[in-house]
Amino acid sequence: MSNENKRAGAQKSSGLNTEALKDLLFRVADDSLILAHRHSEWTGFGPLLEEDIAFSSIAQDKMGHANALFKILHEKLGEPNADAIAFGRTEDQFKCCQFVELPNGGYDFSLVRHFLFDASELIRWQFLQQSSFEPLAKLAAKIQGEVKYHVYHAQTWLVQLGAQGNEESRILMQTALDKAWPYALGIFEHGAAEGALIADGVFVGEDVLQSAWLEFVTERCAAAHLTIPTNTTAVLGGRKGYHTEHLKPLLDEMNEVFRIDPSAEW
Amino acid sequence: MTVDDILLALQDVKDPEIPTISVVDLGIVTKIEIINNVINVVITPTFVGCPAIDIMKRDVETALRTLGADDVHVEVNYDIPWSTNRVSERGRAALLKHGLAPPQPYTVEFELDVLNDTACPFCGSRNTTMKSPFGPTLCRSLHYCNNCLQAFEGFKPL
Repeated sequence: MSNENKRAGAQKSSGLNTEALKDLLFRVADDSLILAHRHSEWTGFGPLLEEDIAFSSIAQDKMGHANALFKILHEKLGEPNADAIAFGRTEDQFKCCQFVELPNGGYDFSLVRHFLFDASELIRWQFLQQSSFEPLAKLAAKIQGEVKYHVYHAQTWLVQLGAQGNEESRILMQTALDKAWPYALGIFEHGAAEGALIADGVFVGEDVLQSAWLEFVTERCAAAHLTIPTNTTAVLGGRKGYHTEHLKPLLDEMNEVFRIDPSAEW
Repeated sequence: MTVDDILLALQDVKDPEIPTISVVDLGIVTKIEIINNVINVVITPTFVGCPAIDIMKRDVETALRTLGADDVHVEVNYDIPWSTNRVSERGRAALLKHGLAPPQPYTVEFELDVLNDTACPFCGSRNTTMKSPFGPTLCRSLHYCNNCLQAFEGFKPL
């Protein structure tokens, strides 16, 4: 980027709708943090060693992404530090979609969620590379390369257990897809100020993301011989702080050390 | 004190997860400047969630404090993102010495297909299979050599 463009970007970020921007960053970061926690629950329990390592590595990546976003919220937008944001908020202050907080279930559901969510995440970060908010655009350029590996992992298994599996594995994957789909549609629930984000050039918006995602997952599900459910309604609420009964126990576990000693280093 | 002195001092700062490669050859040092005898250095992590970045930041600071500058500032940012194309020739040799297949350079954007074309660090054969894109650290993948029948790790392209 030329210096002039950089200056133009910097000027623009000062005039952005800060509350809309924070809402977006919290949504993206909370999705990463909560799904990272769910993925980390496979550590030591994966069906085979390589998968144990894969889910643990993906969890570590996503935790890093959440941390980087929390740092932007702290350093550029006046929010408390990353630990306080991650561990100090109550359930209703989380902006994650309900999809990421659902329990892992079996490996079938975990893989399908991993595929559907990470596909949306990859496309989201690709769009965010063009964000008018420079710190986010720079981070996006970095993160989208990492998420490619996540999607690659997920779609390899989708095909292996779908098109290349047996009838039992294909039915398990299809059942998981049917269960996951209404929650996956909830990823694209609008934020508090969707219009401002689009007008400011911070993000293209959830509707544009959803159509790009739908095209992407439709093609790959077909390759895996899996059928995308029709006539389903999106499960909404997460972006407004309404969550399933599964989020609170997750937070209680995640925050345990912090609640005992907020200044602890580990 | 010159930029070359800084680069030389940083040759002694290694990646704690791959102790054969220096932070310079790994390509994570993205800016060096000396203003009024104060050193400003920017480093950037290989992967955003890299747990070694704070250790490397501290090690870089410690190494540069021996050079006689009035002050040393080390910042971590993403202004210039790291990619495996930033690994130097000496760095690639250092990875190989550690038993890690060096990442293949790419031109525009990396494609994951290149993972299946990774040369074995033990026998050099390209008759290898990628077993998993995730390994013992975030930057490594798992492979198997069909020629010398050994499992090996690669430094994955990013």
